Amino acid sequence: MRSTLKASALALTAALAASTAFAGSHSLSGDLKIFLDTSNPAPRATMEAMIARFQEQHPGLNIETTVIDREAYKTQIRNFLTADAPDVATWYAANRMRPYVEAGLFEDVSDLWAEPAIAENLASTKGAMTIDGKQWGVPYTYYQWGIYYRKDLYDQFGLSEPTNWEEMKSNCQTLLDNGVKCYTIGTKFLWTAGGWFDYLNLRTHGYDFHMEMAAGDVAWTDDRVRQTFANWRELIDMGAYVDNHQNYSWQEALPFMVNGDAAAYLMGNFAVAPLREAGLTDDQLDFYQFPAITEGVAMAEDAPTDTFHIPANANNKEAAREFLRFVVSAEEQTVINNGQNLGQLPVNASASIDDDKFLEQGFAMLSSNSPGGVAQFFDRDFPAEMAAEAMQGFQEFMVFPDNLDDILARLEQVRQRVYK
Amino acid sequence: MTTATLPDTDPPKRGWYKRNEIAVTPWLFLAPAILFFAVYVIIPIFQSFSISLYDWDGLGQAEYIGLANYQELMNDRAFEVSLWNNLKWLVCYLLAIPAGLFIALFLNQTVTGIRIYKSLFFFPFVLSQVVVGLVFAWFYLPNEGLLPAIVGWFGFGPVNVLGDPSWATYGIILAGLWPQTAYCMILYLTGLNAVDPEQVEAARLDGAKGWKMLWYVIIPQLKPATFIAFVVTIIGALRSFDLISIMTNGGPFGQTRVLSFYMFEKALSEYGFRMGYGAAIAVVLFLIMLVFIAYFLWSMYREEKGH
Repeated sequence: MRSTLKASALALTAALAASTAFAGSHSLSGDLKIFLDTSNPAPRATMEAMIARFQEQHPGLNIETTVIDREAYKTQIRNFLTADAPDVATWYAANRMRPYVEAGLFEDVSDLWAEPAIAENLASTKGAMTIDGKQWGVPYTYYQWGIYYRKDLYDQFGLSEPTNWEEMKSNCQTLLDNGVKCYTIGTKFLWTAGGWFDYLNLRTHGYDFHMEMAAGDVAWTDDRVRQTFANWRELIDMGAYVDNHQNYSWQEALPFMVNGDAAAYLMGNFAVAPLREAGLTDDQLDFYQFPAITEGVAMAEDAPTDTFHIPANANNKEAAREFLRFVVSAEEQTVINNGQNLGQLPVNASASIDDDKFLEQGFAMLSSNSPGGVAQFFDRDFPAEMAAEAMQGFQEFMVFPDNLDDILARLEQVRQRVYK
Repeated sequence: MTTATLPDTDPPKRGWYKRNEIAVTPWLFLAPAILFFAVYVIIPIFQSFSISLYDWDGLGQAEYIGLANYQELMNDRAFEVSLWNNLKWLVCYLLAIPAGLFIALFLNQTVTGIRIYKSLFFFPFVLSQVVVGLVFAWFYLPNEGLLPAIVGWFGFGPVNVLGDPSWATYGIILAGLWPQTAYCMILYLTGLNAVDPEQVEAARLDGAKGWKMLWYVIIPQLKPATFIAFVVTIIGALRSFDLISIMTNGGPFGQTRVLSFYMFEKALSEYGFRMGYGAAIAVVLFLIMLVFIAYFLWSMYREEKGH
């Protein structure tokens, strides 16, 4: 008994010594400027608390945090990356970071990805962070997309979660017969329609085809693309979507679901918080994966990833790298993504998922039921110009499906210019 | 013989500035304005011209492509739509001038509390354009809005002004007319104060009244007010940006864009990485504005000559 105590005391001392040695070798100093786009109240508090914990570990560091409005950030990033660069900045994965990577404004952080702690735990998002065989940042959170629905309405009309296209349509018909719209959507800011295209295309032709399109290798006038739109049109012709969706933002489309005028919403997991706040309980609200359309096509999902980068013009890259390591560590990932904070999925495989039915379902779906691959999102996978034109075309298609030929011809023209 | 001391004809030696004072001083006073005008207006105009000849994403290397951006504009339907919308704005916005005049005539009387009525009519001009846009957007909302309710009383079907590509632009212009009319009204109210009562008296003795009095006696005297109202309305129409951004964000599917909004979308928005193309749109917008600017300068020049 006594000897075990002694042994553990020894071990403890050794561990302590090791940890001080570790901290000593990493004592950081100087300024660390961090720019964040997490301007909504909850993410903002999460990030500030996380930075405070980092500060505690590195008291010698003078950390300066700037939070910029999420929308304004998207245009300001161009200026501050070139003129007065911070040491760490938030952004998005995949094609969304390409312009800055190609302009040489993001630091190559492949060295971080070679470290075992990151290489082993972050493998699933490595692809989204890679351009030209190098990694340009680290992810800090991601979230699933899928169909959030009113379980009480489905139960009332005797419906169950659909697993294929036929069930999806027959469910929808039942709802319509009872005066309930199948899906709410607000397309004023266009990107919500991009989500529908992503899923219809991923389910009709699969992940690889979708990515070929994103890379510009498929003509928009291709018959396979038309098939995706033909499927979409079936829903539009049924009247599946709420009327006048072109007038609403995604938030303004939420009340249709809350009031029971519409039964479901194809959205990212961030829609759960406002739906709960609007009074829907977890008994009324549930989630299912977008059903299969073409048999045999492997399921693939959208899971947009938010990221941290080091600008190439940063001054304190050593501290910035340490900060990136800190952000993706299992402990921090568990904390910042839990229900009280971001309420999303941790990127570190060793982190634990919070006890929340949507996060659990989303995590299970992405880790075991998305064999086809994981896409980012339409406007992050496709180049900016192509995405902007295409999403506008999707909105037009959803209002005037007869304009399809004209829309596709236009998009094909844009494709030929963008990917020349 | 004593020599009379002549007054010293040779003045004491004066500095360069003293010698050139008359010529230099105006330029000194003008210098700050000229400097800022050059840096913020003149030079950027030429920069826009030069950027419009490049293919540039605002970050990397710019590639010289000659007039290719302009060639693309010729076949760009979104550009065409924006151009037509600009024209709609210019024409419809001018309605603010007669509307402002009639409200001014109506309010130009002495009744108890007229100041309150005047300020109520002037109120929309004080509001931010963003607020005006929001209020009108709610007014037009397809299900909850006031307009569909009013139209419903008269037994007409549902209207979705901002969601219908053929009506949305007119819906936004109407929202813009509300504050613009108030602006023109205030210009005419001050103008009416300066109308010569003797001329009105004389006209009345000659038997003029009603429309004839207005057209031949009052309106000619309001010419300076009309000119200013015209200038501010044209400028207001050409820089219509905030209302569009708030009410429709250029939608549905880009049918309510005007050139300034399209330029912003192409060059500076979330997905805009085409500085060259945006600059080309800006140049076209500049040339359109130049027509009006030239006209204004010319009429002001003529005015000065006349006196």
